[in-house]
Amino acid sequence: MAKTIGEINEKIREGKAVVVTAEEIIDIVKQKGVKKASQEVDVVTTGTFSPMCSSGAYLNIGHSKPRMKLGGGRTCLNDVPAYTGLAAIDIYIGATALPDDDPRNRVHPGEFNYGGGHVIEELVAGKDIRLMATGYGTDCYPRKRLETWINIKDLNEAVLFNLRNAYQNYNVAVNLSDRTIYTYMGILKPGLGNANYCSAGQLSPLLNDPYYKTIGIGTKIFLGGGIGFVAWHGTQHNPNVLRSENGVPRRGAGTLSVIGDLKQMKPRWLVGASMLGYGCTITVGIGIPIPILSEEILNYTIVTDDDIFAPVVDYSGAFPQMKSDILGEVSYAQLKSGKIVIQGKEVPTASLSSYPRAVEIAEIIKEWILSEKFLLTEPVAPLPGIESGITFKPLKERPLEE
Amino acid sequence: MTVSKRIVLHFPRRLVDRPIVCRLVKDYNLEFNILKAFFTPEEEGLMVLEISGEQKDYDNGIRYLSKTGVRIQSLSQNVIRNEERCTHCGACITICPTGAFELEPSTRRVKFYDEKCLACGLCIKACPPRAMELHF
Repeated sequence: MAKTIGEINEKIREGKAVVVTAEEIIDIVKQKGVKKASQEVDVVTTGTFSPMCSSGAYLNIGHSKPRMKLGGGRTCLNDVPAYTGLAAIDIYIGATALPDDDPRNRVHPGEFNYGGGHVIEELVAGKDIRLMATGYGTDCYPRKRLETWINIKDLNEAVLFNLRNAYQNYNVAVNLSDRTIYTYMGILKPGLGNANYCSAGQLSPLLNDPYYKTIGIGTKIFLGGGIGFVAWHGTQHNPNVLRSENGVPRRGAGTLSVIGDLKQMKPRWLVGASMLGYGCTITVGIGIPIPILSEEILNYTIVTDDDIFAPVVDYSGAFPQMKSDILGEVSYAQLKSGKIVIQGKEVPTASLSSYPRAVEIAEIIKEWILSEKFLLTEPVAPLPGIESGITFKPLKERPLEE
Repeated sequence: MTVSKRIVLHFPRRLVDRPIVCRLVKDYNLEFNILKAFFTPEEEGLMVLEISGEQKDYDNGIRYLSKTGVRIQSLSQNVIRNEERCTHCGACITICPTGAFELEPSTRRVKFYDEKCLACGLCIKACPPRAMELHF
């Protein structure tokens, strides 16, 4: 019996909805079977908590007296430059931005202790942030310098707007070379010394809705500890990858662009992060409820770590050189066992994505729905699926001079 | 009974240029392994040692070190985890050379066994949220 989102919301309002996490549903279906479980369960909640570099926030800081145009000038928040190519007092701070005087990788590996992700975390935590700006001055915006403390509570708008989050599956990173390498996938020891992965696996939002049948543009989600929405498909969204029989992509595939009011988010779920030798980023908490509209939708949510496979990629060769070679595929169950076998060698594994925090997010959304604080939304438009023909294109370089 | 302990020695400025730890071998029959050392002339020095030998010799050696004016701390106090910042991702697990981090299978939380910690400090910069802190 198919349900509608309207019917599920009615049950939520009546306090009768049955909500479980993407982890709990696995055992429920084992006990009751798909048919019975799809009738009984209304919502399955998912979660992920991982470093997500294509994240940032736009702020409208309010007009100073006299007025100043930050646009086209230079603005820093705690010495981290923000993007000013917008109207007078709108700025965007990206997670990977670094202070000008950060030594970066001049002494390799650079530490990257403070960047845009950390500014966002401190802003959300309600800390005062030091804004220093210079501009060129105009007749209508005469001021040329501004140095002031700002606080999130005084800003007109503070909005988290992330271009690419919640990757549907991801590479397992290893290092075949003979020296330690420092990557966005963490420190990789030489000669297959370790393998790093970064997905919540069976709890991850898009792995529970592999064909984007319920998650679409406008879907209300958990974002950074508050409420957010899916704004668009994320950059590099690539539905056309190799998939298993259960529909689950075996490579990095779909992505989400998400948006939400930063003022209601929490620093526990937006944590500034430093990747040694690589740069700064932010760890973002995202969770998405999946309405169980049919047996088919339920079937997707019972995916387990045994059924999800990720490619093992050499980050000392194939990855930087844009070669598509992989060293094999492993399941998340194997990854989570603590070791995998690559080229006959046993390699210890570690995760960059926090599974306990993903569980916590799925539990929080469950609690929000059960306490009637969170109703489900109908997507306004679907995310591009396989039929869209979208693929992930490399850059076609064209020399400027022949 | 033989023992093997890890300790942190703080050398006041006046002792930095004197031979002190070598006498643990000569006079007290102890073996030591230097895990870490910072010495700058005219400044306080710091040394992390793993000392092994008979319990009686160890006790005498420690008494000798204290008498010279060296301040002694046990090592496990030194690398601590900021529980507020740790997200339990697990990035530290394969980085630690002594296996001081372990994943608890049922909760998938990362356990930190500070008795296994050598205070080498590798985890500090490997931790994305910088939850591991070195305290002297």
